[in-house]
Amino acid sequence: MTRYITMRVLSTIPVMVLVALFVFLMLRLAPGDPASVIAGDYATAEDVARIREQLGLSDPIVVQFFRWVGALIQGDLGTSIFSGKPVTELIGQRIEPTMLLALTTILFAVVVAVPLGTIAAFRAGSLLDRVVMLFSVSGFSVPVFVLGYILIYTFSMSLKILPVQGYKSPFTEGLGPFLYHITLPTVTLSVIFVALIARMTRASVIEVLEEDYIRTARAKGQSELTILMRHALRNAAVPVVTVIGIGIALLIGGVVVTESVFNIPGLGRLVLDAVLARDYPIIQGLILFFSFIYIFINLMIDLSYTLLDPRIRY
Amino acid sequence: MLGWMTRRSLLATLLAGPLALGALPGVAQAETTLRVIPHADLKNLDPIWTTAYITRNHGYMIYDTLFAMNENFEPQPQMVDSWETSEDGLTWTFVLRDGLTFHDGAPVTATDVVASLERWGKRDGMGQQLFANTASLEAQDDKTVVLTLANDYGLVLESIGKISSNVPFIMPARVAATDPFEQITDFTGSGPFVFQADEWVPGSTVVYTKFEDYIPRDEPVSAASGGKLAKVDKVVWTYFPDQTTAMNALMAGEVDFFEQPANDLAPLLEANPDITVEVNDPLGNIGFARFNHLLPPFDNADVRRAAIMAMKQEDYMAAAVGDPKFWKTCYSVFPCGTPLDNDVGSEVIAKGDVDAAKAALAETGYDGTPVVIMQPTDIPILSAFSLVTAEKLRNAGFEVEVQAMDWSTLTSRRASRDPVADGGWNMFHTWWIGADVIDPMAIAFSGNPDAGWFGWAEDEALEEARAAFAVAGSEEEKKAVAQTVQDRLWSIGASGQLGQFFNPVAYRSNVKGLIKSPVQFFWNISVE
Repeated sequence: MTRYITMRVLSTIPVMVLVALFVFLMLRLAPGDPASVIAGDYATAEDVARIREQLGLSDPIVVQFFRWVGALIQGDLGTSIFSGKPVTELIGQRIEPTMLLALTTILFAVVVAVPLGTIAAFRAGSLLDRVVMLFSVSGFSVPVFVLGYILIYTFSMSLKILPVQGYKSPFTEGLGPFLYHITLPTVTLSVIFVALIARMTRASVIEVLEEDYIRTARAKGQSELTILMRHALRNAAVPVVTVIGIGIALLIGGVVVTESVFNIPGLGRLVLDAVLARDYPIIQGLILFFSFIYIFINLMIDLSYTLLDPRIRY
Repeated sequence: MLGWMTRRSLLATLLAGPLALGALPGVAQAETTLRVIPHADLKNLDPIWTTAYITRNHGYMIYDTLFAMNENFEPQPQMVDSWETSEDGLTWTFVLRDGLTFHDGAPVTATDVVASLERWGKRDGMGQQLFANTASLEAQDDKTVVLTLANDYGLVLESIGKISSNVPFIMPARVAATDPFEQITDFTGSGPFVFQADEWVPGSTVVYTKFEDYIPRDEPVSAASGGKLAKVDKVVWTYFPDQTTAMNALMAGEVDFFEQPANDLAPLLEANPDITVEVNDPLGNIGFARFNHLLPPFDNADVRRAAIMAMKQEDYMAAAVGDPKFWKTCYSVFPCGTPLDNDVGSEVIAKGDVDAAKAALAETGYDGTPVVIMQPTDIPILSAFSLVTAEKLRNAGFEVEVQAMDWSTLTSRRASRDPVADGGWNMFHTWWIGADVIDPMAIAFSGNPDAGWFGWAEDEALEEARAAFAVAGSEEEKKAVAQTVQDRLWSIGASGQLGQFFNPVAYRSNVKGLIKSPVQFFWNISVE
């Protein structure tokens, strides 16, 4: 196990190097130039050239790349071209809302979706099953921003029981304000994951319920609840956990939209703003950061298999 | 069984009651806060390093200026107490007001003024011209600054009192010593509000607090001039990337002031009795279609004029702005309603006649060279301008290719003087705020391809007229020269002009004291 973890951690190094190279080249080859954005409408070509010079963008790409990598090795993700703030500080300012939104979304999705999927599987073909599947298909189909606006209209503008926008930190402002502000974004973002996880749970549980050991358990006279909870659900967990892992990766895309709709100052909006302004250090830093998170989550998911299924060994 | 209303009440109580109470930092708050949705994200803080309007507005919060424009666009003393000009008009002596202090408690001195103006003069167009005509700028003593001109120059006060980017804000000398092509890192000003650097979250929040030691002038406020009275303890800018969410937040009372709602949101906002929607900027914005004068087919003035003839302002404004109460046609190159507004030479655009354009184009011998229009799809108004132009030009007989891109790509590509095949371009659209094109000195009106604006118009007579404006004495003389400039601009078909449009502001009924101005100021505003 230790050897496996070590190998997995080491294997992230070439992946991260490739990501860094890819991101750097993609940004430099894409049209657009932060110097021209900074210079604005009044600038002459000479002004733009001078700003490029100051930003180090006139240097050959190879020089720029090694300068960036050199700093990266020392833990320096660079400095935002526009704000002049270190990228690590900008990520630090934004990481909390995004991570907590992701966490509440996954928690909410799992708490709602696993029971729904299990019940649907247990009553496969029933009206309840069809309702759950209808909800699942709808959850996939409604764009995040549309759902966000509908929820804002209903709960904020009409019922006036939840705020339209904003984020309050649970660490500085308390749990109450945090939950008050995070409820609608969480529900908005989690619907698609509830749909995804519920479908996967249903399919997986149905498959397990047809296994011989379930028939044996029934023959031994165990109650349906015990069979479902002790035998079926646990054996169905591996594909469900895999889907949750994939879901976290999908979450990053949803976070960008949700943070914009609910005006949450998180990493998703930071990415969007940086791309539009061509703030290279921020884009590079964030993509590396997201890549690292993605690799880390996948590792955690792989390791969780050993807990869920004792037959799996690394 | 619980009825719907009962369930709803219960839900409201469960969710909103304890949580909302928890959201309140304190029940009794004496502090007054103005919660603002600014028109853009404050990405950087140096109003000399960048021309971004949001950074200019930030500058007005924390810095002060020697002179400032009033609502009649006349420069008025702001930090200056008195000034005099020598008989030959070459020596200008300015004496600072008593009691001016920076946010760190240090007094504002003439040395700070000299350093600040010198840095500004290296980046700003008007500043560069002022210093090109300046023999020396010196601090005579702590409160006296002496500007000695090398030759006659008539725009001294207009330059140091200019209202829009780059505004000659006064910074401490140690800050103004920063290379003008590098960002400052010390944000000490002497304006009515103090920037709270620790609370700045780029892309989200900017916090300003009232500067208790600021001494406002006694005169009533008038645009950028007059007494700057900070009437709230704190101003918080929260940037909203999503216009609909911003509108909802204003309607729900979560913010007080929305600086630039999209025009199509105005009807919804106006329907709310607690919200006022009004145009606060008397000059608005001027839509521009810019030609690349270096490349065919627009290297020919007659072809450019033919294209301009097809541009019917009503069509552009209807497509891009919509509601007629937020736009008007304007055929003067200087914003309509300003002192230099005139109609000389403007018959070329006033008719918006595609048939006339077609006939004019036929006479030029246009050979079918495609016109590449850069369309910034992330800016709806400019995207609409691009599509209207494409349609007009096609109807007039041009071959047109519209290339979609984001604004950032456009700003990079428009700097290219290369042929289209090598990354060049033929046309793009933008707008100038009215205050930026109020006189012939605007870079948009340059006829010097080496130092001028993208598109690189070339016309010696135009440059001579602009130079004459800089030394014009009387208002009549200035108006006459401005007419000559306008005549040259239309004669060479420098740019197409697409109409004058206005962005409304929206605010809740508890907000009082807005200042009518091309720039949004936050002094004089109270929250009741």
